[in-house]
Amino acid sequence: MIAEYLFFILIFPGLLFTAVLGLIVGWVDRKVSARFQFRVGPPFFQNFNDFFKLLGKETIIVKDSIHYMFITAPLIAFGMLVIVSVMVGTALFYNQGFGGDIIVIMYLLMVYSVMVIFGGASSGNVYSSIGAGREIKLLLGDELVFILITLVPIIQSGYQLQLTEILQFQFMNGAVIASLSGFIAFVLGLIAIQAKMTLPPFHIPEAETELVEGPLMEYSGGLLAFWKLNHFMMYVVFPLLLILLFLGGFHLQGLGILWAVLKYLLIVVLIIIIKNTNPRVRIDSALNFFWKYATPLAFVAVILAVLGV
Amino acid sequence: MSRNVVPVGPYHPLLEEAEYFTLTVDGETVTDIDLDIGWMHRGHELISERKSFTQSIYLVERICGICSTSHPLACVHAIEDVDNIEIPERAAYIRTLIGELERIHSHLLWLGLAGHFIGYDTLWMWAWKYREPVLQMIEIISGNRNHYGMMRVGGVAKDVDPASVPELRKQLDTIDSKMDMIAKAAKDDPVLKSRLKGVGVLTKQDAIDFCAVGPTSRASGVRGDVRKDEPNDAYGLVDFDEIVTENGDVYDKLVVRVLETIESTRICRQCLDKLENINGPVLNNVKEIGIGEGIGRYEAPRGEVFHYVRTDGTNRPIRHKVRAPSYVNIPTFEASCKGIPIADALITLASVDPCYCCTERSIKINHAGGDSPGINLLQLSRAKTERIRRTIHG
Repeated sequence: MIAEYLFFILIFPGLLFTAVLGLIVGWVDRKVSARFQFRVGPPFFQNFNDFFKLLGKETIIVKDSIHYMFITAPLIAFGMLVIVSVMVGTALFYNQGFGGDIIVIMYLLMVYSVMVIFGGASSGNVYSSIGAGREIKLLLGDELVFILITLVPIIQSGYQLQLTEILQFQFMNGAVIASLSGFIAFVLGLIAIQAKMTLPPFHIPEAETELVEGPLMEYSGGLLAFWKLNHFMMYVVFPLLLILLFLGGFHLQGLGILWAVLKYLLIVVLIIIIKNTNPRVRIDSALNFFWKYATPLAFVAVILAVLGV
Repeated sequence: MSRNVVPVGPYHPLLEEAEYFTLTVDGETVTDIDLDIGWMHRGHELISERKSFTQSIYLVERICGICSTSHPLACVHAIEDVDNIEIPERAAYIRTLIGELERIHSHLLWLGLAGHFIGYDTLWMWAWKYREPVLQMIEIISGNRNHYGMMRVGGVAKDVDPASVPELRKQLDTIDSKMDMIAKAAKDDPVLKSRLKGVGVLTKQDAIDFCAVGPTSRASGVRGDVRKDEPNDAYGLVDFDEIVTENGDVYDKLVVRVLETIESTRICRQCLDKLENINGPVLNNVKEIGIGEGIGRYEAPRGEVFHYVRTDGTNRPIRHKVRAPSYVNIPTFEASCKGIPIADALITLASVDPCYCCTERSIKINHAGGDSPGINLLQLSRAKTERIRRTIHG
């Protein structure tokens, strides 16, 4: 039992699987983006090389920073992502629960953003603190949308909070996305995870040409390596979560494997397309968008789900 | 929220050159901006006084890496102005052709950078890809991609090979179709519009008060283009429109630049037509430059470049004064950057297409400390002009 859990957490679908797949998908992202932009793009092992090279570099701890927060933030964030990936992964691949339901996942993903805020705010740099401030605002914008859209599969599956139950419902009755409310929620979910991953058009906290990577500015060496790894791991965690909630999970037999890969690639490619065809929006426009348009639309989706549409 | 200071510079990924803006922010809103330029020591004016006229032209070409034919053009205009030297008609068309090609490449470069500044890297890469044919055309004409070395007092250094004109025309066509696409994309893209419209407005009055030049002022509704006002070279002989828009925001500056690029392709086409028909020399042999002073103006991509040359009958200028367009455009930030969010302020800083290397002339270092460099640039410049005037008039 313990050995099995350790396997889940450390190897599959936890730490090792998420990290390796994340770095590979990160490469896909970089390569496809490069092709979008008439560039050649990096070689396959670039992300791995970057990660291990950063681990070997000097880690500078800023004198004025709050040390324990500065150091633990990327590691806690990493831990959160591993736990989420284990929960989502065991439900998807083994169809068994891992002692947590969708509310726990919501919490853990929010903790991730909070860690970005802590890391940025603790470094004592003006760019970082502005970036952390923007991250707070962005979190206020996208969090409500994200919670509301997860309500749609919960309601449709008869108010089930367990991931496996939601999956079971979709095996029986077809994917959530097939319904109108599910489709609206899926589209909003894509946009919300774009903001949660701070990808364009919502890379407002990190805004390279404004805030010089914002919260991550003072990070270097191993700690930066973990932030980068976290970023790539989100390319695994969020698409898998969307597949679980809206696309009916995986059937890992025969053609099902192909479908599984296609579902995953569909979401990743959608993310990359949105990323490459949009400029960075201002933080107030982002909030405007989330509060004025996305949140009411998410409410509509929830009401439609209650009505059974 | 407490008041904070956001430093932009001396080294900041927004701009590739050294500059220093201190933004005082209240939360996300910029309440005050302090401009501090003077981080580079160029010394071009002084070096120019120790070079012959022909060498000076090569020297001023190095003032700017992007508008690298605007400074030589203004410089040869200034030297020719001393003795009213005429240039052959074919040379005039070649000068105009090179000048306009440079405008296309400079505006495309800015468009790409602007895309990068607002986090739109795809636009950046696309704009720079479409800039490639322009560089190729310039390479066909002059043999170089960036510093062309084509300007001479009395004409141009090299003739355009008539056999290469069809190829040039072909490259120009590719630029044309891409520019139409970019113009359409810039006008219709709702995200770009919402990001840039109404951002960093420079009102017409402010543009006049700060003496802004080039696309910066034309976007604010101020007419003024050296090519129209005092046409030199072949600008009086070709047909083109002066692009003026009314709003003065970053979006209008983008529109002005994109439309100007399309006008530039029109001018290039007319120049190529003429080059096919007009034959003759491209360089008048100028033996001597007399005593006197000359003023050269040219509409660089960023605005009016101004060169002043004083000669004493020898083969070198005794005073060579350069004023780059960014020198008057940079202070407009005082008017356009206050009261807007940081994100908007930074794209506004980039919107005038500032070129700090071109602008800066000298640096004052106070060894006792306390004084910031560059604070007395204007006084230094005036004192030097005064000193030279005294030596000339005794």
